[in-house]
Amino acid sequence: MDNLLSIVTFLPAAAALIMAVFLQGDDVAAQRNAKWLAMTATSATFLVSLFILAQFDPADTGFQLVEERPWLLGLTYKLGVDGISVLFVMLTTFMMPLVIAASWNVEHRVKEYMIAFLLLETLMLGVFMALDLVLFYLFFEAGLIPMFLIIGIWGGKNRIYASFKFFLYTFLGSVLMLVAMVAMFSDAGTTDIAKLMVHRFGSEEFSILGIQIVGGMQTLLFLAFFASFAVKMPMWPVHTWLPDAHVQAPTAGSVVLAAILLKMGGYGFLRFSLPMFPVGADVLAPMVLWMSAIAIVYTSLVALVQEDMKKLIAYSSVAHMGYVTMGIFAANQQGIDGAIFQMLSHGFISGALFLCVGVIYDRMHTREIDAYGGLVNRMPAYALVFMFFTMANVGLPGTSGFVGEFLTLMGIFQVNTWVAAVATSGVILSAAYALWLYRRVVFGDLIKEALRSINDMTRREKWIFAPLIVMTLFLGIYPAAVTDIIGPSVEALVSNYDTAVAEAGASSKVALAQH
Amino acid sequence: MTSADLNIILPELILALFAMGGLMVAVYTGKDRMAGLLTWASAALMAALAGYIGLTGQGENIAFHGMFHDDGFSRFAKVAILLSAAAVLVMSQDYMARRGLLRFEYPVLVVLSAIGMMMMVSAGDLIALYMGLELQSLALYVVASLRRDSARSTEAGLKYFVLGALSSGLLLYGASLVYGYSGTTLFSGIIAAAGDEHASLGLLFGLVFMISGLAFKVSAVPFHMWTPDVYEGSPTPVTAFFATAPKMAAMGLFARLMHDAFGGITGDWGQVIALISALSMFLGAIAAIGQTNIKRLMAYSSIAHMGYALMGLAAGTQFGVQALLIYMAIYITMNVGTFAFILSMEKDGAPVTDIRALNLFAKAEPGRALAMLVLLFSLAGVPPLVGFFGKFYVLRAAYDAGLAWLAIAGVIASVIGAFYYLRIVYYMYFGEEGEGLQANRSPVLWLFLMGSAVAMVVGVVNLFGLEGAAAAAAATLVP
Repeated sequence: MDNLLSIVTFLPAAAALIMAVFLQGDDVAAQRNAKWLAMTATSATFLVSLFILAQFDPADTGFQLVEERPWLLGLTYKLGVDGISVLFVMLTTFMMPLVIAASWNVEHRVKEYMIAFLLLETLMLGVFMALDLVLFYLFFEAGLIPMFLIIGIWGGKNRIYASFKFFLYTFLGSVLMLVAMVAMFSDAGTTDIAKLMVHRFGSEEFSILGIQIVGGMQTLLFLAFFASFAVKMPMWPVHTWLPDAHVQAPTAGSVVLAAILLKMGGYGFLRFSLPMFPVGADVLAPMVLWMSAIAIVYTSLVALVQEDMKKLIAYSSVAHMGYVTMGIFAANQQGIDGAIFQMLSHGFISGALFLCVGVIYDRMHTREIDAYGGLVNRMPAYALVFMFFTMANVGLPGTSGFVGEFLTLMGIFQVNTWVAAVATSGVILSAAYALWLYRRVVFGDLIKEALRSINDMTRREKWIFAPLIVMTLFLGIYPAAVTDIIGPSVEALVSNYDTAVAEAGASSKVALAQH
Repeated sequence: MTSADLNIILPELILALFAMGGLMVAVYTGKDRMAGLLTWASAALMAALAGYIGLTGQGENIAFHGMFHDDGFSRFAKVAILLSAAAVLVMSQDYMARRGLLRFEYPVLVVLSAIGMMMMVSAGDLIALYMGLELQSLALYVVASLRRDSARSTEAGLKYFVLGALSSGLLLYGASLVYGYSGTTLFSGIIAAAGDEHASLGLLFGLVFMISGLAFKVSAVPFHMWTPDVYEGSPTPVTAFFATAPKMAAMGLFARLMHDAFGGITGDWGQVIALISALSMFLGAIAAIGQTNIKRLMAYSSIAHMGYALMGLAAGTQFGVQALLIYMAIYITMNVGTFAFILSMEKDGAPVTDIRALNLFAKAEPGRALAMLVLLFSLAGVPPLVGFFGKFYVLRAAYDAGLAWLAIAGVIASVIGAFYYLRIVYYMYFGEEGEGLQANRSPVLWLFLMGSAVAMVVGVVNLFGLEGAAAAAAATLVP
């Protein structure tokens, strides 16, 4: 199959189109058809995407399964995967059937709901596969539209505010990236990502309005991309859209947001910032590292005082993304391996945690922590699942959460011990807020009147959690499954980065000597 | 005057004869009863001429000793003008007829203004420029006040007329200065007199006055004040017309004057236009936020869009003109669809322009609401819709010309602007239950709305070959 990647990318969109054109009516039968069609489409996408993994050769550090066609204005329609992106593709296709299954109780405008999620899947897959700058931007930005609608139509009480904040915040972040892309196109004469990775953008110092720009054009380009990815990640201090979006989004929306959309920022750093602007990244890495360390500690503290379960998990996501950015900008093998690992693992764990909240929200229609307590008496299976993912979130050895945190901390320790020390304290804080949340919701006596008749998880809910538990354990016990695939690509990335930084350092020393 | 000259202006001649013939026939026979027929005939003729110009036009033909240029650039603009004018005529027929506004003068005036616009984009001389501009404007003043019994409509017409006269005055004053300092009214003579370095002070004064006059016609800041009032006061089909063909014509004339007559001194006018462009983008984006009337909102939206299009002109390069043409073509297509939607907004048969009335429109009319959603995101420039590519082209042109600050200003304004487009989406999709609108089920409007929305999605594949056509057109204007 020559166009396997295109098939995987556009399969969900094709299903969405079929649904939009052929599924009429809004009765129960039509709703059920929509759900099953979405389920079939996402499952089929997952199965077909297994071929990608089967055909992928980890030893090859270049792009594989590449498809290329000319497009407008000298742009190309080019898709491909390498060691860094292939697992994000798999994460997306793996999570989507679970997301659809978790939305089985939606009753309001089901057809539109499923169409939005299917389109979103196409766009997310496109982001991870695109090998053309503008094509990437297209997928990256277009994802805002279905997400805006998902939060705005199917969200909670304050959904309007959250959807507008989500859209405008992330839109503002990424338009600067668009200008940087135009600049890169102009400078390199191509938008092919593979070619841009070997193109050296200027790093000579110059001044704008009297401000000296160390690292020159690379620093500016880096900052423009950083504006976009930092918002998407999200990094402190531009994370404030995330708790609002999470709290107001429907459960499935939160899962997609936490498990996949947030990973686009980290993926962007690895795809663009490090390989294309190594000098800029080197200049600004200390700032990013400290921002990450602050994010870890600050958002963990904020999480401690939350009253709303979803908000607490949202802040915990920001803290975990702090480990990711820290690992990426440590720019060594362990750091980046750990960052990718952490992103994948966080995809499973945070997705599962939002599903856990969804389970009790569906029953009680509140996310207030105070409204719960003593659930273990009525819901033993739920208590077990929730316990498992709480522990994974804390980073208990044996779960995937541990591997990611450990690798990133190991990576950063070699670069900056102070940042490492501050970040490590976040591990303790995360244990504090996660365990405290668990104690308040699950343990204690069942004294709330409303909870007396609450039921344990249904079989459908258990089946949704099963694959997530398996993956979390599998990656925790056998992390080499991931690092073997990403390892060679990460190694190539790190060595290119080091060479570029060393070259630039040498040339700036020459320039200084000539002065 | 030779037959070769007449041959070059054949499309304009046919239209002019048609307009006069139509007027005579209607006056002496059925008067307003002929209006429906005349509307369809005008639209058909304009569409046919657009096809004729687009398919058979070749090379660069100069008529009347350089007064009239028929080249790739003017043909591109003419096709866009004729097609959008025809589309608006077809869309307005039902709306006007049901409100007793369908007078036979309406199609005749639209055709006459289209002739003026074709003259504008082909002008090779200051006199020809002014002639085309005034023919267009006079016809537009009248159609703005087409609803004679409405104070709003007559006010709109009067306002447009007075301010338009002022801007014509500015333009004429500038033209006289240019003539005085270059000794000729021909663009080819002016460009020789202006030289390649810096123009003389007198010429520069003339240039600035002419830019002011033209900025008024494209409704760019700071000459935009008439736009919201005229858009709001005019009957909606007329507003749709204002938002499409005349904008293309004025922008075409702008580009032609700047490059044909002042192409050697791009440095002198590039900065002025860059400033106008930045101001328009920001004013359009910010002032639209508080609007609840969708026609006023579209007026501010058009101001912002003109700002983006001017970004291409400010670049002063061949690629800039290409970007401008692509931007305008996309903009016109989006606006035709958007106004098809606005024309179909009604309640108990009366037109509604308050966006709050769109409450949960998506529930009542999922198809139309979805099409409008696509158009709104496209207007906001969100990928993957075609509106994004328009922005991408002008950003690229501005950046390549060293106007990085303008590109950054443009994208920031686009974020602010996204807010008010989202607000309409918000009313349509997230609103509360309430008394909704009944959409006008006219199949013509449905067709234009859907066609435009589908084009916004499908166009991603290759922009329907627009890129090549615009590149060829730009190459004839800027060597």
